[in-house]
Amino acid sequence: MRTLTKLDGDSSRARRELHDHIQGAGPLARHTVDSKGMRQAGSASFHESAEKHVTGKAAYIDDLAVPADALHVALGLSPVAHGTLTQLDLGKVKEALGVVDVITFHEVPGHTDIGPVFPGDPIFVDQEISYAGQCLFAVAATSLQAARRAVKLATISIDEQPASLDPVAATEREEFVRPTHVQTRGDWQQALDQAEQIVEGELFVGGQEHFYLEGQACVVHPTEDEGVIVHTSNQHPSETQKLVAEVLDIPFHAVTVEVRRMGGGFGGKETQASPWACIAAIIARRTGKTVRLRLPRSEDMRATGKRHPFHNRYRLAIDAEGVIQGGEITVIGDCGYSPDLSDAIVDRAMFHADNAYSLGDAQVVGHRTKTHTASNTAFRGFGGPQGMMIIEAAMDDIARQIGEDPLTVRKRNFYRDGREMTHYGQQVDQRQLLHTLVETLESDSDYWARRKEVSDFNATSPVIKKGLALTPVKFGISFTAQHLNQAGALLHVYTDGSVMINHGGTEMGQGLHTKICQVVARELGLDLEKVRITATRTDKVPNTSPTAASSGADLNGMAARDAASKLRERLFDFAAVHFAEGLDREGMRLEEGMLVAGIGESERRIPWGELVQTAYLNRISLSAKGFYATPLIHYDRSIGQGRPFYYFAFGAAVAEVSVDTLSGEYQVDRVDILHDVGDSLNPAIDIGQVEGGFIQGMGWLTSEELKWNDKGVLVSDGPATYKIPTFGDLPPIFNVALLEGHPNSMASLYRSKAVGEPPFMLGMCVWSALRDALSSLTDYAISPHLDTPATPERVMLAANAIRKKAL
Amino acid sequence: MATIAFLLNGTPQRCSVSPDTSILTLLREHLAQTGTKEGCASGDCGTCTVAIGEPTAGTQRFTSANACITPAHQLQGRHLVTVEGLSEKGHLHPAQEAMIECHGSQCGFCTPGIVMSLFTLHNDLTQRPSPLTPERLEAALGGNLCRCTGYRPIRDAALLMNDIAYQRPLWFDASQPASKSDSQTTETAEPASFFAQPTSLATLTQLRQAAPQARLVAGGTDLWLEITQRLATFDQLIDVSRVAELLTIEEALFENQTGWWIGAGMTYTQLEPLFEANFPAFAHLLHRLGSQQIRNRGTLGGNIANASPIGDTPPVLLALCAQIELASVTGKRCLALEDFFLDYKKTALAADEVISRIFVPQPVEGCQLRVWKLSKRREDDISALLGAFSYRIEQGSLRDVRIAFGGMAAIPKRAQAVETALEGCTISVEAFRAAQQALENDFQPMSDVRGSQHYRQQAAKNLLERLYISLSAPDHEVMLHAYAH
Repeated sequence: MRTLTKLDGDSSRARRELHDHIQGAGPLARHTVDSKGMRQAGSASFHESAEKHVTGKAAYIDDLAVPADALHVALGLSPVAHGTLTQLDLGKVKEALGVVDVITFHEVPGHTDIGPVFPGDPIFVDQEISYAGQCLFAVAATSLQAARRAVKLATISIDEQPASLDPVAATEREEFVRPTHVQTRGDWQQALDQAEQIVEGELFVGGQEHFYLEGQACVVHPTEDEGVIVHTSNQHPSETQKLVAEVLDIPFHAVTVEVRRMGGGFGGKETQASPWACIAAIIARRTGKTVRLRLPRSEDMRATGKRHPFHNRYRLAIDAEGVIQGGEITVIGDCGYSPDLSDAIVDRAMFHADNAYSLGDAQVVGHRTKTHTASNTAFRGFGGPQGMMIIEAAMDDIARQIGEDPLTVRKRNFYRDGREMTHYGQQVDQRQLLHTLVETLESDSDYWARRKEVSDFNATSPVIKKGLALTPVKFGISFTAQHLNQAGALLHVYTDGSVMINHGGTEMGQGLHTKICQVVARELGLDLEKVRITATRTDKVPNTSPTAASSGADLNGMAARDAASKLRERLFDFAAVHFAEGLDREGMRLEEGMLVAGIGESERRIPWGELVQTAYLNRISLSAKGFYATPLIHYDRSIGQGRPFYYFAFGAAVAEVSVDTLSGEYQVDRVDILHDVGDSLNPAIDIGQVEGGFIQGMGWLTSEELKWNDKGVLVSDGPATYKIPTFGDLPPIFNVALLEGHPNSMASLYRSKAVGEPPFMLGMCVWSALRDALSSLTDYAISPHLDTPATPERVMLAANAIRKKAL
Repeated sequence: MATIAFLLNGTPQRCSVSPDTSILTLLREHLAQTGTKEGCASGDCGTCTVAIGEPTAGTQRFTSANACITPAHQLQGRHLVTVEGLSEKGHLHPAQEAMIECHGSQCGFCTPGIVMSLFTLHNDLTQRPSPLTPERLEAALGGNLCRCTGYRPIRDAALLMNDIAYQRPLWFDASQPASKSDSQTTETAEPASFFAQPTSLATLTQLRQAAPQARLVAGGTDLWLEITQRLATFDQLIDVSRVAELLTIEEALFENQTGWWIGAGMTYTQLEPLFEANFPAFAHLLHRLGSQQIRNRGTLGGNIANASPIGDTPPVLLALCAQIELASVTGKRCLALEDFFLDYKKTALAADEVISRIFVPQPVEGCQLRVWKLSKRREDDISALLGAFSYRIEQGSLRDVRIAFGGMAAIPKRAQAVETALEGCTISVEAFRAAQQALENDFQPMSDVRGSQHYRQQAAKNLLERLYISLSAPDHEVMLHAYAH
């Protein structure tokens, strides 16, 4: 009998346990208990669209109704990775049934380069082809099928040239999309020269396809002016507004971009949602018709960038205890053909090459290497995970070299008093929190008892080997591009007392809109049902930052809070002079739908509706805008030093795995997580981010393998060949908790912490546990090399190199 | 265009569809029902999951299907339930309520599909109360990808929904629109284009002879990818899914062997009870073949006719010495399955023939069957390679050794050199080392997206090592619980 979940096949017991969870007796109690009764920030409110999700009423881009004469766009993508476009004959395409318009580079009225930060991303190929999947032309037809079939009629001639696909070789040839950056602290060379011992190693860390379930999509309506209204599945509406305007050569105010929700983003719609909006906008203006553009899955996967694959190396000086004295780490980010966001992504990999450990006197070098693949882009963690992997590899390697448990070595290397400075000059705050968190998890997960069980099991099991590992996460919160750390919000109160909040952040499933509504409800003392949020629009809140870097709630929540408190103070000022003489202005508060104010010895309570009505009749503005800019942060790239992060979020996870060393198959038997979100804004949503992030991180390191053929064409271009975790990959024992009683030390939104990205890196424990299981084949003498993703193929080949054969 | 009559969420519908219209296209583009989403258009993500009902003993039995690759015309006389139909007058279905209660949606895009998979599970559990085992849960939800939640809250919702009170709406069991008696060819405006849904083998073979260029469709789980991925159009389509002779299992004697004649149109789901009872290793493989949505649609005949080198059932059938029956208007012929596969995607099927039945002999006393599939992901993944091992042990020696592999050659293929190396041998290091050597004579696998040539060769050898250990040291665990059976 196979045991897939630790429910023992006994459904009645499982259901009892679940019932306990929901009733409040179990460990997951607080996420669901009494959730309907708790309505403000800090409570486990449901996702604002939950009911619409489950009934199919939540509309995504492709669900939006369009006029009957709307056009549908299909794209002509380059079949080769590198070469020169010598001929593009679209005669037959134009004549095909249903085709209304065909555009190429030459039909673009304005800017042709839509690089988001640096130039380098042509909207269509002019001559030089830089990756397989690059856009050559677009066809608009009366149906999607007609457009897609017409694309196939193009005659494309390309002078094909060899594609550069090996980032290590390209780095040696110094083929970069941006200059190399270096961070140095102390005399790292001397640390290596004087080392008692040196450990070194290298690691390939694979990329990752976002696999948002809703692919890239937009609908563009032409307006009566020269502009367009763009509905898009998009994390960065303001940037799309800018690029669409520039491509059309019209002012920004002629373009309105709207995002109600995304069917997943994960970073893949930060910069890479814009090209499609630009193309659709050009056709909408040329034809005067509404234009719909949605990428079929395989084209989405070939045309858009992914998480950067990295090749990392380390060389570290350690003492006899395995404590790092100094050394060097080099990270090579495979950026694809253009800069996109790669400068900041490789920077973030460098900022996280220490993870939770003091590197001592160290140099970290980051290369941004050019290859002929799609331009790799933001993905949850933004380079941080790839940077952390090299130091986690080093921790395991050090442990094997000195013959200690990897957890012991990790703890010895944690940032601590006296070792609190990072290699980029930021002091790590809340150092003790990391120690507390890991010690709590160590004890709650029974790490040491299970370590013994694992060793005992392995001693008598020649084929199946168990592995155990605890890995920490320390993740820096803030955009490292300082100017992005700002946000705006727009709050309206209508005369019936209902409240509308808009802000610059976008909803991609992370529960941002829910949290923002909770913030406003809390500030105004209202029930959550009084507060509604609508689509994010560039004409409501302008000049916004992308919803990225885990910053959505931190920044927009503060802006919403600012707007709400401005309005509240205005109402207090009004109430103090209007309702009664002697109302205590200083002590006024809004709670439970009332304005409460002291008056002498007694209290006056004014219902919210009455307050708002009266204010309106007395010509008091019931609208407010809010703004926020993160204080304190700075980073000087010229010297590689500064304080790029407002604070750090912490977490740790323990994984136990079983590995079949003959087949390379493995199963994750148990996972325990303890994660720091400061004072949670919404425990249910935060737990959802922690669990979902963990599973996504685990997928990145295990089954999700991107493969290109030797010509540079992506061959894992659909869910049949690219395998994200599925239901059975959920560990049968999965204990997830939020660290309680440790508010953020910085003045963040209600002392909460960002939660979008940090839990992603908890998945590293699965990879480390796989290495632990493999290491047991050598009685923990060898630290086996295990590139990622650690597919059954890689695990089997790693085991085969070191195991004793029965035959 | 063919006209189909079916129930949509209890309401009769009549629609005209071209032969190559999917249920998803019908819903989203013809009927403006956008609750059902497209995630991949290849049947791999479950986002477009719908439930299709067939009357069984007065009530509806609903099975899940991927709308993106299910032919719309197969709805004829059936009941289609979509996410829009589940809630009535503001009352949510328990699957929906539990998903909200457990915070089971984040971005919400996969949610309608998950709700529909939960709905079919809930319907099954209420109609035939039985324990909700982890295996059953995994089968019900393994075909629905979610990129946000990590599945824990969805698992909780699946467990919770059965505790939520529920009044089954009457329309669930509404009577069907009259099914056409033997829906013959539906001629369309252009005579060159037709869609046929025969109900007898005689009609099917006549149609086949008259139009050998027409494509046959059963579950459509592979064929439909030609439409969604390669933009093919099918003007002529013969649907074999209602041919009575293809939908039977018959115990019989054939060439002095007892066994079962299995109709080529039997779906994997329908085969499960037979295999559970007689070939547990084969049944276990079925749990890892595609997803529930695919297993409800895909057929044994389709898996064979497709002749993919990485099809899951052919290596097992080869190891079991299966025979295949081919029918045409001139009659039937039988051949050993291994003679059916000629070369990459080339078979012995003549232009006027169809696969009618497959004969699987009953295992002889003492015969063992091992089926080991290796893939990147345990659920809903295609094999990198698959080994099927059939043998018995007589006085310490291996006898009747039949071994076949998928993913190791251009066709599903027997490992004859390995069989020869092991036949009659005692279970010894020497014999299995020789078998590993012999494997190199049998196969020179290739590298592709699912695995490198080196990995396939080494993994196949390691499966022989696994077989050796399991025979020589049966006390040792050689498989993980999640994979074992």
